[in-house]
Amino acid sequence: MYLVATTVPPSGESEIMDKPPVRIVLAKIGLDGHDRGIKVVARGLRDAGFHVIYAGLWQTPESVVRTVADEDADWLGLSILSGAHMTLVPRVLHLLRQAGLEHVGVIVGGIIPESDVPKLLELGVARVFGPGTPIPEIVEFLRGRTPAPSAS
Amino acid sequence: MSTATERSAKERWEQEVAQAMSRPQPPTTVSGVPIEPLYTPESLPGFDYDAELGYPGQYPFTRGVHATMYRGRLWTMRQFAGFGTPRQTNQRFKFLLEKGQTGLSTAFDLPTLMGLDSDDPRAVGEVGRLGVAVSTLDDIRQLYDGIDLEQVSVSMTINAPAIVIMAFYLANAQDRGWDWKKLRGTIQNDILKEFHAQNEFVFPPEPHVRLVIDVIEFCTRHVPQWNPVSISGYHIREAGSTAVQELAFTLADGFHYVEQTMARGLAVDDFAGRLSFFFNAHNDIFEEVAKYRAARQLWAETMRHTYGARKEASWKLRFHCQTAGCSLQDKQPEVNLIRVAYQALAGVLGGCQSLHTNSMDETLALPTEHAVTLALRTQQVLAYETGVTNTVDPLGGSYFVEALTRQMADEARRYFDRLQQQGGVIAGIENGFFRREIAEAAYAYQRDVDAGRKIIVGVNAFTEAEEKPIDILVIDDTVEKDRIAALRAIKAARSNEEVRRHLDAIRRTAEAGENLMPVLIEAARARVTVGEAINAMADVFGRYDGAAKW
Repeated sequence: MYLVATTVPPSGESEIMDKPPVRIVLAKIGLDGHDRGIKVVARGLRDAGFHVIYAGLWQTPESVVRTVADEDADWLGLSILSGAHMTLVPRVLHLLRQAGLEHVGVIVGGIIPESDVPKLLELGVARVFGPGTPIPEIVEFLRGRTPAPSAS
Repeated sequence: MSTATERSAKERWEQEVAQAMSRPQPPTTVSGVPIEPLYTPESLPGFDYDAELGYPGQYPFTRGVHATMYRGRLWTMRQFAGFGTPRQTNQRFKFLLEKGQTGLSTAFDLPTLMGLDSDDPRAVGEVGRLGVAVSTLDDIRQLYDGIDLEQVSVSMTINAPAIVIMAFYLANAQDRGWDWKKLRGTIQNDILKEFHAQNEFVFPPEPHVRLVIDVIEFCTRHVPQWNPVSISGYHIREAGSTAVQELAFTLADGFHYVEQTMARGLAVDDFAGRLSFFFNAHNDIFEEVAKYRAARQLWAETMRHTYGARKEASWKLRFHCQTAGCSLQDKQPEVNLIRVAYQALAGVLGGCQSLHTNSMDETLALPTEHAVTLALRTQQVLAYETGVTNTVDPLGGSYFVEALTRQMADEARRYFDRLQQQGGVIAGIENGFFRREIAEAAYAYQRDVDAGRKIIVGVNAFTEAEEKPIDILVIDDTVEKDRIAALRAIKAARSNEEVRRHLDAIRRTAEAGENLMPVLIEAARARVTVGEAINAMADVFGRYDGAAKW
């Protein structure tokens, strides 16, 4: 898909400039309106050189997967503070697979009880970030894990 | 070698300060406001005790709304509670009353807060999770079953469908033989802060505000001891605002409600005494205390001089306080107990009328009974053991606190001017002003934390390699099924013909611009659901999309 295929540098914003930025869709899923965290993450990732598409509030699993496909995203970040993660996240993962988008990495942020974290990871979530996660930690994780895009 | 007599004490001190080393964290408040190393009488030029402070219980109420404050009566210890089915929450209420809590506070689940019934497809996975699920009058009946509503004051935290829930509450109270004139409590009913911060709204801002005013108008006439709105800064702060933004935006919202209610033809003194407020208690003790004191002063001043209120009750800003959920951490969660205790201290030093202390486990899940009990005990220790209740406004007269109070009031006034210049609160919502201001502040704070300019214990300092897990509350997955089954049974038993008639009446009344409360009370009795009532209003008002600006 991308013109330039290089390995992703572990850090350093200048190095990331010479190829297309990593694209990430961020979305609030379900009904909760707590968008402080996701908006801060959106700003932080943008400042770190990512191409951020914030899908906004009240997204359904269906609408999120549509946005990921439309935006040709590398990553999907879901924010949930409502406790509905064990219902909504598996549904998103299922729909991604159905749409042939299993290469898109999924990260989850919000209020997620410790006991649910392994379950989400087993289902295919790449990482769960709890409240108070420093933005550089998310940036580092995404840079370290973004697969080298294959030349098209 | 110089001696003290050769230089003035002040000069010597200034020199010592200039030479002293500073820690890597700049001395700023949690909101990023720089703080001087020392405050003296020179920090308060032209200070006028009578004009700026006066006596508690008297204008401008800087020192408190009551003459003796907690010497006469302690604040109300009111813990927000709700989860699962109405019956489960009813049991939690009774548990809290047995533990010595003196008022009730109801948390509703997200579908209810968004005006959706438990059987709505958008509610899947969220029924009963963050609060209690309420779709019909029967749910309200079970929720407060066995609780004497003329004796216990009840708070309901709900906004977008507030008028519908209030109608259910009043219908239930009347059916149970309680006198509306004796009901005491508060419904949050503050939609403006939903648009600024919390994002639980359904209709566009103007019709939504009209519903807020319908509740104020109806309660002023028929439920005189009820607080029909709780004008809330809490959520604005949780969304990442500074303390000054919380103060300024909340009061600006309050002024908007006052103007809109007066535009209905109500005299300001007939309703203003029942407007109540809700503020955050964050980590920075002195900034918080200054915020509450400035809030009382600004409200009194504006109610008296701008809106012409004559009654003292109309000038008094009474407020509920809750410790800052956003300050709690999931790392070393027991440390949250300590944060909450200091925050509660700030609320009490600031003269709150009621207080909710968060539980230590709230960044993980809804609180367990153990965690809730400790949170309540925190208030009881504060009230009975620390001595902070012995005198009124104990920080009054501190050069620092007085200077900070002045500074916050001045900065809030600058925000009022900026809002006025752009056409008022509704214009500020529509052009994204509030959201932008809050998001900027939230981002600035996060950058400070990430850069180590602000220290958070257990997060960017004093971390533990291994975390000890604590027990958390798990919401039973059968709640959703239980609620859907109950709702289906009610829908099967009611007269759909009658429901249709009531929904038509709601649409007609919405169209005609008349007060919706009377038709909603009748609709409640016919078992019209929350979702149906909201949908009928949306047919007239339209819906507002949640397109978030960032």
